[in-house]
Amino acid sequence: MKLHEYQSKQLFNKYGIPIPRGRITTEASEAKHFAEEMGGRVVIKAQVLVGGRGKAGGIRLARTPKEAEELAAMILGMELKGLPVRKILVDEAVNITKEIYLGITNDRAARRPVMMASAAGGVDIEEVARTSPEKIIKIHIDPLLGLRDYQARDLAVGIDLPRMLWRSFSDIAHNLWVAYQANDASLAEINPLVITSEQRLLALDGKMVVDDNALFRHPDLNEMRDLDVEDWAEVEARKFGLSYISLQGEIGCMVNGAGLAMATMDIIKLSGGEPANFLDIGGGAGSEKVAAALRIILADANVKAVLFNIFGGITRCDEVARGILAALADVKTHVPMVVRLVGTNAEEGRKILADAQMATAETLLEAAQKAVAIAKGASA
Amino acid sequence: MSILVNKNTRLIVQGVTGNEGLFHTTQMVLYGTNVVAGVTPGKGGEWVLDGKIPIFDTVRAARDTTGANASVIFVPARSAPDAILEAADAGIELVVCITEGVPVLDMMRVRAYLDTRGVRLIGPNCPGLLTPGECKVGIIPNNISIPGNIGIVSRSGTLTYEVLYALKNSGKGASTCVGIGGDPVNGTNFIDVLELFEADPHTDQVVMIGEIGGTDEERAADFITRKMTKPVVGFIAGQSAPPGKRMGHAGAIIEGGAGTAKDKIRALEAAGVRVARHPEEIPQLLAS
Repeated sequence: MKLHEYQSKQLFNKYGIPIPRGRITTEASEAKHFAEEMGGRVVIKAQVLVGGRGKAGGIRLARTPKEAEELAAMILGMELKGLPVRKILVDEAVNITKEIYLGITNDRAARRPVMMASAAGGVDIEEVARTSPEKIIKIHIDPLLGLRDYQARDLAVGIDLPRMLWRSFSDIAHNLWVAYQANDASLAEINPLVITSEQRLLALDGKMVVDDNALFRHPDLNEMRDLDVEDWAEVEARKFGLSYISLQGEIGCMVNGAGLAMATMDIIKLSGGEPANFLDIGGGAGSEKVAAALRIILADANVKAVLFNIFGGITRCDEVARGILAALADVKTHVPMVVRLVGTNAEEGRKILADAQMATAETLLEAAQKAVAIAKGASA
Repeated sequence: MSILVNKNTRLIVQGVTGNEGLFHTTQMVLYGTNVVAGVTPGKGGEWVLDGKIPIFDTVRAARDTTGANASVIFVPARSAPDAILEAADAGIELVVCITEGVPVLDMMRVRAYLDTRGVRLIGPNCPGLLTPGECKVGIIPNNISIPGNIGIVSRSGTLTYEVLYALKNSGKGASTCVGIGGDPVNGTNFIDVLELFEADPHTDQVVMIGEIGGTDEERAADFITRKMTKPVVGFIAGQSAPPGKRMGHAGAIIEGGAGTAKDKIRALEAAGVRVARHPEEIPQLLAS
């Protein structure tokens, strides 16, 4: 789960990382009041969960409260990469002498978190990683030992930070690590971390991604989720414990297991079709879950055919069949369906669906080819 | 013959009284697995499966009493890291964690600790292991595979069943099937298992099932080039997956342009691996 800039910064600040004075609002008139409070010069920042906000015009400097109101009104009316701007952060403007980068993420291959710093801050760090990787200094953090003082110092030295700032840099690095660990983050990033004209370090921007698997122990973070920016179907799916991602194609799929769901999408493509979604109903799904999944698939108007591929293990095929019938009882649809049931209680499942007028298939390839043919016939 | 599990495996089930734990313990016993004990804190002294399997409060007590050498974990995600560590500290040699949804920072700590203890962990978020005709540890359905000489290693669950089933339908059997799990940090990776299959005299060929995300398949390809003499057939799920989206498994996400199916297939093919276009094509690509 991604956090907004203002959420990330507030969280960082809770762990002792200095941030500029700032206020969040949805009203341009409020932006004016905040600017007055902060002495006039402020930065108006669109709070949307996309990168490159500055380039897209979503971050602007206002010199007066009046200009703050005008820019706030303009930014609140914008869309950035398809997402409407509903909230803005009004931050006190600061005088910057240098921008650096500091971030932590998980290095899968090393099986430990990695902290990265760069003197080339303020720009897209992935671009720096591509074009001049030597400008990024990395240290791996032992998950049992945590970040050590010498490691933070290594980073400070590596990015040629003035000696007088080592202490405060080291504190920020430690605090960022503590915040990362305490909140089960998979990314915590300060870009830029600036040196102000008063020779202080300040986190001007903040970004944090939290491990979805750990949200059970962070109810406070879970409440920060911005449902506005998420796909309706993906939100609905999460409510039922389904893993769903909408795609552009015309064949809806319902599968048990993530790997098999991906393989099913792939074979649809290989057979000349395009999947409309990724959907994993998980292990041991009951009929209620299956019915919810089918309603979500059918809510997508692009769907011309639905393919069920269920390999029963923990999941029982008869439960899936009952769920399909339950959903069809309350969603009237003419979308044709292809069903493949294998494994636990497959025979019972097939019997339940015998009167439902669905095409059946023995193999995965046959199922995909049938679904593609039916979808093409339906659109012709 | 086989790797990791066989008829000498003496298994403990952690979380034996839970819904899934009990169901799959029954299935494992039906399959012929030697389940010697269950562990549920607070239920020590009771029995499951009509008095066939004793329950202990701790893994240590279960191991001391029964001489178990392997453990399978069915406890919820919030308790799974602890369950793994408990098994490791009790001296269990092989720990298999079926549980899905363990936070990745927990797994990093667990893995760092296990590395200092020499314990083998399979999973988490995996279907477990199967040596057909001898032993099943985990949740792979009982009737979808026959004994044979093909070693199988996979990051997926049901996709693995699909492959076992396709092999069985074409008369091919498995030496051992190892589901290593779909999480970004796990206990055992492709290379560990490939190494075991290469050394196993009764495995002649290997099937490797990967998916998008991370670089484990690429590193496995490098290992295959340098160390494997046995033929390998591969499959990579997620060729049609969009970048930046987590496709169900925590580990299945294309990040910053890395971890795509295309890169993995290219790396495997360069290592001489025959890569199937879909799971049902795998049997045809294996030598008969």
